[in-house]
Amino acid sequence: MTDTLILGAVAYDPKVVTIWDGFLRWFLARGLPFDYVLYHNYERQVEQHFAGAFHVAWNSPLAWLQAEHVARARGRGVRALAMRDTDQDLTSVVVVRADGPVQKVDDLRGKSLGVGAGDSPQATLIPLEHLAAQGLVADVDFRVRRFDVLVGKHGDHVGGERDAAKALLAGEVDAACMIDGNHLLFAQEGTLPRGATRVLTQTGPYDHCNFTVLDGAPEALVARFHELLLGMRYDDPDVRPLLDLEGLKAWRPGRTSGYGLLERACTRFDALAPFLRRMGVG
Amino acid sequence: MTEVVDLAGLGLDQGAAVLLRLRLAGLPPGVRLQVFGTAPDLGVHLRAFARAEGHAFVAGDAATGSPAAELVRGVAASARWHGAERAGNAAADGVVAHAPAHWGLAARGASVEAGGPAFHFALAHRDEVWSEDAGELYRAAAAAQWDPETAIPWHAERTQPPFVEDALVQVLTYLIENETAALVVPARFCAQVHPHFREVMQVLAIQAADEARHLEVFTRRARLRSDQLGLSTGGGQASLQTLVDEPDFALASFLLSVLGEGSFVHLLGFLHVHAPDRCTAEIMRLAAQDEARHVAFGMAHLARHARADATLLARLRGAIERRHDALRHTAGLNAEVFDALVVLAAGGLTPAALAGGHAAVVDLQMQMDQGRRHRLRRLGFAADEAAALSALHTRNFM
Repeated sequence: MTDTLILGAVAYDPKVVTIWDGFLRWFLARGLPFDYVLYHNYERQVEQHFAGAFHVAWNSPLAWLQAEHVARARGRGVRALAMRDTDQDLTSVVVVRADGPVQKVDDLRGKSLGVGAGDSPQATLIPLEHLAAQGLVADVDFRVRRFDVLVGKHGDHVGGERDAAKALLAGEVDAACMIDGNHLLFAQEGTLPRGATRVLTQTGPYDHCNFTVLDGAPEALVARFHELLLGMRYDDPDVRPLLDLEGLKAWRPGRTSGYGLLERACTRFDALAPFLRRMGVG
Repeated sequence: MTEVVDLAGLGLDQGAAVLLRLRLAGLPPGVRLQVFGTAPDLGVHLRAFARAEGHAFVAGDAATGSPAAELVRGVAASARWHGAERAGNAAADGVVAHAPAHWGLAARGASVEAGGPAFHFALAHRDEVWSEDAGELYRAAAAAQWDPETAIPWHAERTQPPFVEDALVQVLTYLIENETAALVVPARFCAQVHPHFREVMQVLAIQAADEARHLEVFTRRARLRSDQLGLSTGGGQASLQTLVDEPDFALASFLLSVLGEGSFVHLLGFLHVHAPDRCTAEIMRLAAQDEARHVAFGMAHLARHARADATLLARLRGAIERRHDALRHTAGLNAEVFDALVVLAAGGLTPAALAGGHAAVVDLQMQMDQGRRHRLRRLGFAADEAAALSALHTRNFM
């Protein structure tokens, strides 16, 4: 097993196969023995990472925290090896109807808020933490309506955010949460007609996915993987379609400084507890 | 170095991205672009825009008079076009000797992004398909299109006796199946020509459209009598099958356009002269005009091909000989069609009239033969060889 670097990823969309088959060919052509395994959900992926089923996990930010907490509890080393340029400094927004009663954050009291999947960092956990830090606690000061699309994928699917946006327009909720890029997307595609909504509040910046490595991984293979990743160039026509599919222009060295908001959200909402109990460390 | 752009009230959901991309494209990587604007949520959208396009984002100050954000120009925006290739140029002399598969469907003269999909067009060599006057032939064809509804006097008087009308319907039945072959063959090759040779593709497409119109008018004229058309013989279809099944563009084009449609120009001229009514006469005149263009393109690209490839004439000769051998045991032009042509030219059933009609059909066959010889000589065959090859052409005419 250690002559081949094995990566774990979650199949949140059929394109995941296209992406990793493409990267596999690109790595093999450059002398890195590479294979990958797909999981249905991040919890299984993190569990299997610790079980030694593969070496590098392509983790959501929540999966990263799950892995980090398990590692800490078990005395294992864990690091974020690399991430996309587009994983850095994201923000989320809370959007309200332009003609609605919510003018400032405090007006949300007694109102309803549409969020994404329950395990979505960007459309649920981080916006709820952002509001809580301003004194508005979910399910206490306002009602939360979850638009759960593909739970276990940690919000990788845009469907929950789009459903929340539509519910906002339909008057079913008073506010909706989404990542900044999806707010622009929904505005451009007409899901949020111009002038119909406005941004009530914007979270601080946070980071998204990373390649997670546990101690004991084959160092030489991991180092070569890291080197090849960071060497991928957008002007390389062989790899550009894959970068486009995965949504990046360049890979960056991993950093863990951008997970503070999510960490605070997980602490406040005890979001990691079920998984940590399942792993026997909670 | 810092540049400035003012979007005024324009939002990123309204086209502001166009202005930003234009400005950023003109800046070297690393240069900062201060973005001013008053559109709602501009700062939120600029952050998402910058991330998606590979530019760094620096949040602006909410204070009045401050930029909404600064974007630091990244390298990715222009990286997509590294290694892009210019696909010849759009002028007729901009065609290349061999059009690469990865140019795909790109317009001739376009800059083609590297790494796109490869399209495997079988006819990608200039010498196989190209003719310098293809563009002019297409323009002439486009200008000469006619509307069956208005171009044909469908209600013109018809006074011919029933046996003449029956003969005409038999000839029309024969024309329809021959023109179907003449539609299918260029339509098939049209999809095999590399789009780099745009004018050739256009000529083949309009050729197919011409034949579609011929099918329409021949059928409509035949139905003025009844919905029951004439006879279709196995020998006639066997002859056409050798044409439809020919996989080589040059050979198919030679058999169809130079020999078949060339003969048909004479046949349609004959039918124009001997048409029993004004409606039929006009149909034949207009169809003959179209066929003459098809012959002209076949001659033009094969003459060019023969100049570039010394082996082509031998291959053309072989194609006629193979087709002749394949059809040796078939009946050739069916007796019903031959007789119908005689009746149409005779206009009556008296011995004297039939003698005249028969002589006219024999004369038609002689004219067809002379025409084929003339075209074969223009392609480069010697006179005696042209005569021998013309004699081997299918007795079914097409």
